[in-house]
Amino acid sequence: MTGVESRPARASFREATARRRLAAVLDPGSFREILPPSERVTSPHLAALDQPVAFDDGAIVGEGLLGGQKVFAAAQEGAFLGGAVGEVHGAKLAGLLSRAERERPAGVLLLLDSGGVRLQEANAGLLAVSEVMRAVLSARSSGVPVVALIGGGWGCFGGMGIVARCCDAVAMSEEGRLGITGPEVLETTKGVEELDASDRALVWRTYGGKHRYLLGEADRLVEDDVAAFRAAALDLLGRRREVGLGALDAAHRRLAARLFELGACADATEVWARAGVPEPARLPVLEVGEFLRAVASARRGEP
Amino acid sequence: METLSFEFPCPGPDAPRAAPALVGVVASGNLEVLVEPTAPPGRCRVVVSTSARGFGEIWEAVVRDFARRHAVSGLSISVNDAGATPAVVSLRLDQAVEEYLGRP
Repeated sequence: MTGVESRPARASFREATARRRLAAVLDPGSFREILPPSERVTSPHLAALDQPVAFDDGAIVGEGLLGGQKVFAAAQEGAFLGGAVGEVHGAKLAGLLSRAERERPAGVLLLLDSGGVRLQEANAGLLAVSEVMRAVLSARSSGVPVVALIGGGWGCFGGMGIVARCCDAVAMSEEGRLGITGPEVLETTKGVEELDASDRALVWRTYGGKHRYLLGEADRLVEDDVAAFRAAALDLLGRRREVGLGALDAAHRRLAARLFELGACADATEVWARAGVPEPARLPVLEVGEFLRAVASARRGEP
Repeated sequence: METLSFEFPCPGPDAPRAAPALVGVVASGNLEVLVEPTAPPGRCRVVVSTSARGFGEIWEAVVRDFARRHAVSGLSISVNDAGATPAVVSLRLDQAVEEYLGRP
């Protein structure tokens, strides 16, 4: 066997189901689910609309070990209604975060894969998303760190995009996109001239992990590999951002300065050029390691 | 939605008692299958909730074929279906029992 062949095969995070992602990120066999599918806590709203339900409502929550430390973890199943947050789904996420305040695990991992609120559940879904945001901030201010991992096929959009940026840290792959208004919604509401959602290169350089890392919105950029996400989770678990009005004011000042500096850019490559990245047009084709070296001096970030 | 229930006697010993297993995701053309050791001894119970109405006879044929392939005595199988084809259903049912028995 040659050295190349003996390298372990990469297991795609994006292609895995939410359950497999949890099993692969946590220590093997350590995950214990709360409200498992056999409890059948399903969406009353979907049932009332005569639509199919899922036994876990697309949200898997529980506890496990990460490098031997007790952590809480949740994963959204993007294949079920685009990981959209309904009442039960959101209550499972918020409930896990509240429980973390009482039980004090080493941290909470959120494996986010969601288009945002579940429109079928209307106000109940919107309330659920806001409860998750509040629960993230509450857990953090009680001293339990919350880390978001974004690498699923649905990315992380709408209210869940806000949830991700409410966390202490974010790790994402290039393909795992992060934003508020997703590309399809933008194209539908503003027209294809504003954004062509079928142009994957455009979507990835606008919402993808590389852009988010360069702007300092993602703390780690990783390959689409479950082992890489696990390593990033281990690395980020000890990382805490300040919570409170002072931190919020500072973030607003940074965002205002960024808008002033970069707001006129029509494309992410212009942003990268202004940020001082050499050969910005090459960034999308670089491997993660090459990319990190190329942007090291230009990366924006939080203090 | 349509709910279909099947219960039938199974020859052979009951399947070992194990933790419930779930495979598949409720997505267009796909389904989730939950296997639990909660049927009466010597019987298998299958409950299907499907978005495609009017396919009860096909479901019954697929489920009976499945029960002939595996020792499913004592097992309850619960399905949430979003219009999967019979071939996909058969594969998911096989996968679910393998996962339940711990040999994926």
